[in-house]
Amino acid sequence: MAELPASLKRNPSLDLWVQIDPRDTITVRTGKVEIGQGILTALTLIAAEELDVDPTRVRVETAVTGRSPNELITAGSMSVEDSGSALRQACAHARRIMLERAGSDLGVEVVALEVIDGEIGVPGANRTVTYWDVQGGRPFGRQIEEWVAEKLPTDYRVVGKGIGRIDLPAKVRGEGVFVHDLALPGMLHARVIRPPGYHYRLMSLDRARLDRDAALVELVMDGSFVAVIAEEEYAAVALMDLAARSAAWQRIDQMEVPAELSEHLVKREAGAFPIVDGVPREAPLPVLQIPDESMKVRASYSRPYVMHASLAPSAAAALWDADRLTIWSHSQGVELLGPTVAKVLGIAPQQVTVIHTQGAGAYGHNGADDVALDAALCARAVPGRPVLLKWTRQQEHQWEPYGPAMRIDLEAHIDGSGGVQTWSHDVWSFTHVGRPMPLHEGSELIAAWHLAKPFPRVPPAPRLGPEVGIHRNAWPLYRFPQTRVVKRFVADSPLRTSSLRGLGAHANVFAIESFMNELALRAGADPIAFRLRHVDDARARDVIERVGAMAKRSVTAASARARGRGLGFARYKNQQCYAAVMVEAEVDLDTAEVRVNHVWIAADAGRIVDPDGIVNQLEGGAVQSLSWTLKEAVAFDRDGVTSVDWDSYPILRFSEVPTVTTELIDRPQMRSLGAGEATQGPTAAAVANAVANATGIRVRKLPMTPEQLRASASG
Amino acid sequence: MHAGVRRRACVGCPQIGTAAMERVRVELIVNGVVREVDVPAGVPLIFTLRNALGLKSVKLGCGLEQCGACKVLVDGAPALSCVSLTESFEGRRVETVEGLQNGGALHPVQSALLGENAAQCGYCLSGIVMAAKALFDRTPTPSRDEIRAALDDHLCRCGAHPRILRALERLTGHG
Repeated sequence: MAELPASLKRNPSLDLWVQIDPRDTITVRTGKVEIGQGILTALTLIAAEELDVDPTRVRVETAVTGRSPNELITAGSMSVEDSGSALRQACAHARRIMLERAGSDLGVEVVALEVIDGEIGVPGANRTVTYWDVQGGRPFGRQIEEWVAEKLPTDYRVVGKGIGRIDLPAKVRGEGVFVHDLALPGMLHARVIRPPGYHYRLMSLDRARLDRDAALVELVMDGSFVAVIAEEEYAAVALMDLAARSAAWQRIDQMEVPAELSEHLVKREAGAFPIVDGVPREAPLPVLQIPDESMKVRASYSRPYVMHASLAPSAAAALWDADRLTIWSHSQGVELLGPTVAKVLGIAPQQVTVIHTQGAGAYGHNGADDVALDAALCARAVPGRPVLLKWTRQQEHQWEPYGPAMRIDLEAHIDGSGGVQTWSHDVWSFTHVGRPMPLHEGSELIAAWHLAKPFPRVPPAPRLGPEVGIHRNAWPLYRFPQTRVVKRFVADSPLRTSSLRGLGAHANVFAIESFMNELALRAGADPIAFRLRHVDDARARDVIERVGAMAKRSVTAASARARGRGLGFARYKNQQCYAAVMVEAEVDLDTAEVRVNHVWIAADAGRIVDPDGIVNQLEGGAVQSLSWTLKEAVAFDRDGVTSVDWDSYPILRFSEVPTVTTELIDRPQMRSLGAGEATQGPTAAAVANAVANATGIRVRKLPMTPEQLRASASG
Repeated sequence: MHAGVRRRACVGCPQIGTAAMERVRVELIVNGVVREVDVPAGVPLIFTLRNALGLKSVKLGCGLEQCGACKVLVDGAPALSCVSLTESFEGRRVETVEGLQNGGALHPVQSALLGENAAQCGYCLSGIVMAAKALFDRTPTPSRDEIRAALDDHLCRCGAHPRILRALERLTGHG
C-alpha cells in the first residue's frame, strides 16, 4: 500500500480530477499548466492508460482557480511527478467505482471484468456496459482517502509510446490559442507606460494632451503607474508612445553597478548556511581535515544575470464585473496570483478567478504575474469590459525578474592515486525565488510598487528547504571522504531576480562538472573514468557510460579549427532526472568564437510517459543552455537595464544550433522523474570542458564570448 | 524583403501625432481574397491582419523586426509585418498561415513540423512556417545550409531548432 500523492491529499475530491462526460469522452483536470513542456499530452496518456480508454476520448482541462485541483504552481519539473501521480491514482479510483457499478449491473464479480476503450464486460461474453452508461454526466461524490492498486506498468499500452503533442495541431495551424490572441466580446486594448528604470518616479504627465485624443477610452494613473486604454490595439500603442512623450520622470536613486559582478558577490555581506545532503542547516560551518601528502586544487566560477526572454512579451486580460475580477493569464502559479492581485486591489481573494491561458514559453518566473496586475488595474477603471494588456519587447526585457548572478568557489585535495579526499563548495547568489506569495508583507508585483500608496518590495529571504534556490545541486552526487558545501545568500541585488529554469543548478553544475575535469586533468585521469571512480549510484554510471558510447560512435571530422569534446553530468536536484551531456565544440583561434557542432544526451527519467516529450525537453534545455553559456548576460548601467531588445541581448540562432542526439534509459518499474531542467547545468559544463579539451583554455566565467575566451587564455 | 513605409517603434518619433489619427481605406489581397479595410493611418500591417481581419496566426513578438514571429509572405516573398505600414501594402498579395490549409489539409511544411513535434510553446511557429513555405516554393530541395539561412532571422526560445531543422530536412527527401 503506497501513500497518496501530495496533490491528492490536498485535493481529495475525485470529481475535481475526473469527470465522465455525458457521452463518449472523459474530462480530467489538473492544477498544472501547459508551458510548452507537453503536460497536456503526458496527462492524457496517463488518464487514458489507467482508465483503459483511447487517448482521443480524454480532454485535459488546465488550471482555473476555484474549479481545478489546487496544485499551487507549475515549476521545478514536477508536473508529471505531482499531477501525473495524483491523476493516475484518481483514475484508478474512478475505474474501480465504475467497475463495481458495472459488476452489479451485469451480475458478475468485479475481478472478472475487463475494460476495452471504456466498454466494460466479461471477456468472451457479449453483454457489456460502458463508463458512460454507469457514470456519464454524474459526479462520483467521493473523497479519495486511501490508495487503490494501479495498473501494472507491464500492462501499459499507451504510456511510454507517445501519441505526438496534442496541442501542436492547433499551433501549427496558427490558431489563436495564446492569451495574446484573446478576442473577448467588447474587449478593449491597453498598454502600460513604465518608468525608464527601477529608481524613477513620475513627476508629471501632460494629461490634457492625452485627454484631447479621441482614441483614449481611459487613462489609468495611480502614483507612477500609468496605462492607456483604447478600443483598438494600435490606438493603445500610439497612445502609449504619446503618454511616454508626455511624461516626466525623476530619478530618485542610482543603480549600483559593480565593476565585476562575481567579485561584488563575495564582498557583500552574506548569510552562510552549511548544506548537508542538499539541505541547509543553521549550524557552524564544517571544517575539513586536510590530509597529508595531498594536492590542493581550487577554482572560481561565475555566471551573470540571465534573462528568461520569452519570445512573446507578457500579456493578460482582465474583466471587472460586479465586484468580481476575472483574469486570463499565462502565469505558472495562478493559485498564488489571484490572492496577490486581490491584496493589491484591496478585495477578497474569493472575488478573483484566474483562468490559465497559454503564453509563450516562460522557463520560470517572467513578467506573466506582473502584467496580470497591470491588466487588473486597467479593468477596474472600465467595469464590464474586458481589457487585454500586452507588454512591449522593451518592457519584457527591462522589467522581468532575471535569473540571478552566481559565484562558486571550489577547492579539493587529491591524493597520490588521483582520488578526491576533500571537496569544498561555496556558492554566492541573490534570491532565486521572487514569485508572488499572498502571505508576504508587501508585494512582488511591479505595479504595486508604483502606486500612490505603494506596497513595499518583499525583502528577499534565504530559502532553507532541500535543493531549492541557490543551493540547488550544490551538493555533489559524487562520494568523497569529506564534503563541505556552503550556501551564501546575498540579499541586495542591483537587479530584480527570481526563478529561471534550473535555478541554482545551472551554475552549481557548471562549476562542479568543470572542476571535475580540472581535477581529472591534474590527476592524469580520463574525465569519464575519473567521474565513475567517484560515483556509487548505478543509474548515474549508466547515463555517463551511455553518453560516452554515443559520442564514440561519431568520429570527429578533421577541421582547421581547434576541436574538442567535453562531458557534463548531474541528477537534477539530486532526486530527479539523470542527464549526461557530451558536447563537441570547435574554437576559431583567430576570432576566439566557440561553435558547438554536436550535443549527445543520455538521460534516465525513470518510467517514461511520453518519450518524445522528454526528448523535446532535454534537447530544448540543452539548446537554451548553449545560448546562456555562449552568449547571454544582462547588461545595466546607473540608469537601468540596457539589454532592451534582441539586438542588445542576442540569443542563439538557427545558424548556430548543433545537431542533438538523445537516448533515454527507460525504467518502467521506477517512478517518473521530472526532466524539464535536467540538461541546463550539464550542457554548460560540457561546453567549457570541450573548449578546454580543444584549446587548453579553461573558461570559468560565463558567458563564453570571444572576449571572455581571450581573457581566460591570458588569465 | 518588402521595404514599405516604416513606423519606427521608438519613443519621440515625429510621425506619430495622436492616436486618433485619420483613417485610411486599404485594399489587400489576403490569402487570395480581396479585402478592403478601414484602419488608422500609420498602423503596422500586423494589427490589421490580427485585429481587423482576425488572422491570429501572425504573432507579435517584438515590434522591432528582430524576431521573425510576425513573418508573412507579400507577393510570395517573406516579409515582417510588425513595422511596415498597412497602406504600403495596397494591392499586394499577403499570405498568412490561415491561407495554407487547403480545405483542412495541412501544407507539407506544417505536416513535416507536426510529424517531428517540432515545437514546445509554439509561439515562433507561424513565422517559421511562412519562411519555410517561401523557401520551398523557391527551392524545392534546399540544402541544410539554405534551410538554416532561411530561418536565421527567426528566434525560438524553447530550443526547438534541432527538431524544426530535422522536419524541414526530412521534407527535402534527404533528411
